[in-house]
Amino acid sequence: MDLVLDFLFGPLKEIWEFPTFFVEVVVGGVLSGVMYSLVALGFVLIFKASGVFNFAQGAMVLCAALTFVGFMDLGAPVWLALIGALATMIALAMAIERVVLRPLVNQAPIILFMATIGISYFIDGFFQAVWGEDVKRLDIGIPKDPIEIAGVLINTFDIVAAVVAGALVATLAFFFQSTRIGRALRAVADDHQAAQSVGIPLQTIWVIVWSVAGIVALVAGIMWGSKLGVQFSLAFVALKALPVLILGGFTSIPGAIIGGLIIGVGEKVAEVFWAGRIGGGIEDWFAYILALFFLMFRPQGLFGERIIERV
Amino acid sequence: MTRATASRQIGDTLLKVDGVSLGFGGVKALTDVSFDVRKGEIRAIIGPNGAGKSSMLNCINGFYHPSHGSISYKGIVRGAMRPHEAAKNGIARTFQNIALFKGMSTLDNIMTGRLLKMKRGFFWQCLHWGPARAEEIEHREVVERVIDFLEIQAIRKTPVGRLPYGLQKRVELGRALAAEPELLLLDEPMAGMNLEEKEDMCRFILDVNEQFGTTIALIEHDMGVVMDISDRVVVLEYGRKIADGTPDAVKSDPKVIEAYLGTGHA
Repeated sequence: MDLVLDFLFGPLKEIWEFPTFFVEVVVGGVLSGVMYSLVALGFVLIFKASGVFNFAQGAMVLCAALTFVGFMDLGAPVWLALIGALATMIALAMAIERVVLRPLVNQAPIILFMATIGISYFIDGFFQAVWGEDVKRLDIGIPKDPIEIAGVLINTFDIVAAVVAGALVATLAFFFQSTRIGRALRAVADDHQAAQSVGIPLQTIWVIVWSVAGIVALVAGIMWGSKLGVQFSLAFVALKALPVLILGGFTSIPGAIIGGLIIGVGEKVAEVFWAGRIGGGIEDWFAYILALFFLMFRPQGLFGERIIERV
Repeated sequence: MTRATASRQIGDTLLKVDGVSLGFGGVKALTDVSFDVRKGEIRAIIGPNGAGKSSMLNCINGFYHPSHGSISYKGIVRGAMRPHEAAKNGIARTFQNIALFKGMSTLDNIMTGRLLKMKRGFFWQCLHWGPARAEEIEHREVVERVIDFLEIQAIRKTPVGRLPYGLQKRVELGRALAAEPELLLLDEPMAGMNLEEKEDMCRFILDVNEQFGTTIALIEHDMGVVMDISDRVVVLEYGRKIADGTPDAVKSDPKVIEAYLGTGHA
């Protein structure tokens, strides 16, 4: 009994006794949550615009980071590498639209989903063949020293990441909410055929959306790459985006952000205060358990569109 | 039974289908079909199941590209036109099995019909402010008129996925009307409706035609309805045209009677 009580209330007591430390953990969680949101955003964009879960988003993060580092290793300055990587992502979007999506217009979402699995393997293989598969260091000069704000230690890099993500989200929200383009995107996601019949050029919309998802992947790739090094495992960062999406809802940009933050903070707090009591490692599975609960009680996520099904 | 009201002006040929054939692998959906649609008329395409009616509509609208023959619209023979280009040229349509944006409200659904009419650039659209804002209001007015016209004020904010079938069909018509089309293609607008809903829909179709002068080509199963509202009728069977003319002429055509009732084997 004592054990249970200690497990439930012990950590709360610690939080009460060391508030600054708790704030530090929460801030750390928020900042790592932002990094999850970055990846989740790419998924949301494509899901919103085509109703397809893009399995290749992780591969796109890897591909963007590899291309960026590749150009830098060739001696290009940061801005040139950035332009090179951007151009690559847009070219990739066009190629995917032409070769994969266009022949599959009006097919069921599951078929498009399987196509993105194929795309994912292709991108993984192709870009590693081009740029090599060894781990590369990515340093674009973001300082990594911790600084102290009001008695709380924060890593400068994390702050930069948060600012970048914030700017990205603000821009995207601008582009996609309640404007003509936003409405066109939702229309395409709902029904390809109907969208075409009211005059939405499906192909153009797809190229735009995949390009934007590519750009988001590039930003995520650079941020994650600077943190972990650019290597194959970057593609698996995408797996952490899944629980974020389930929490936030697949169709909501704000949802991706809030979902990322909840998971970031939740797993850090659980890890620091609870893990010691059950032997550690909470961080690895916390997000998935949380997602599971959400699936049971609110399958559309916090901000997702209600799922309406007439019988 | 035709409505030769003096106020309606039937003009020149708007759409001309000339020797169109369409096949899917071994299946021939359409074989050498020709007919025309004149400006301002209500033209019906009828026929038993699998006669190729929907295929015909899909060809006009650009979803399918005929393997032989040509389609000319406003006197211009067009090549392989894509659906969004057809929409740009003033062809709007509804679908046999309703294709609405289910997650959106009635209002938003009808608003998508205005997409092509919005002129303001991408930049202003993104800001959702300035000229784009004024434009949005202007389009809202058109949409509100459509909503009034179809008598669906009560459901403007309801997500269409929740609406009953008959109302969904009406919203779909609303979306097509919002585009202010010159040619309106209706794929079985009354399928699955009860008598009252059918009468409403008939009234809307006639009103659209009369008040806005919209040319309408419609597919319908219900012979009675078709004969009442259309000016001229094309009858298809197994992908071939078997009759073409006024409802009265078509009704008494032995080939049509045979197609619908079968030959007297018994």
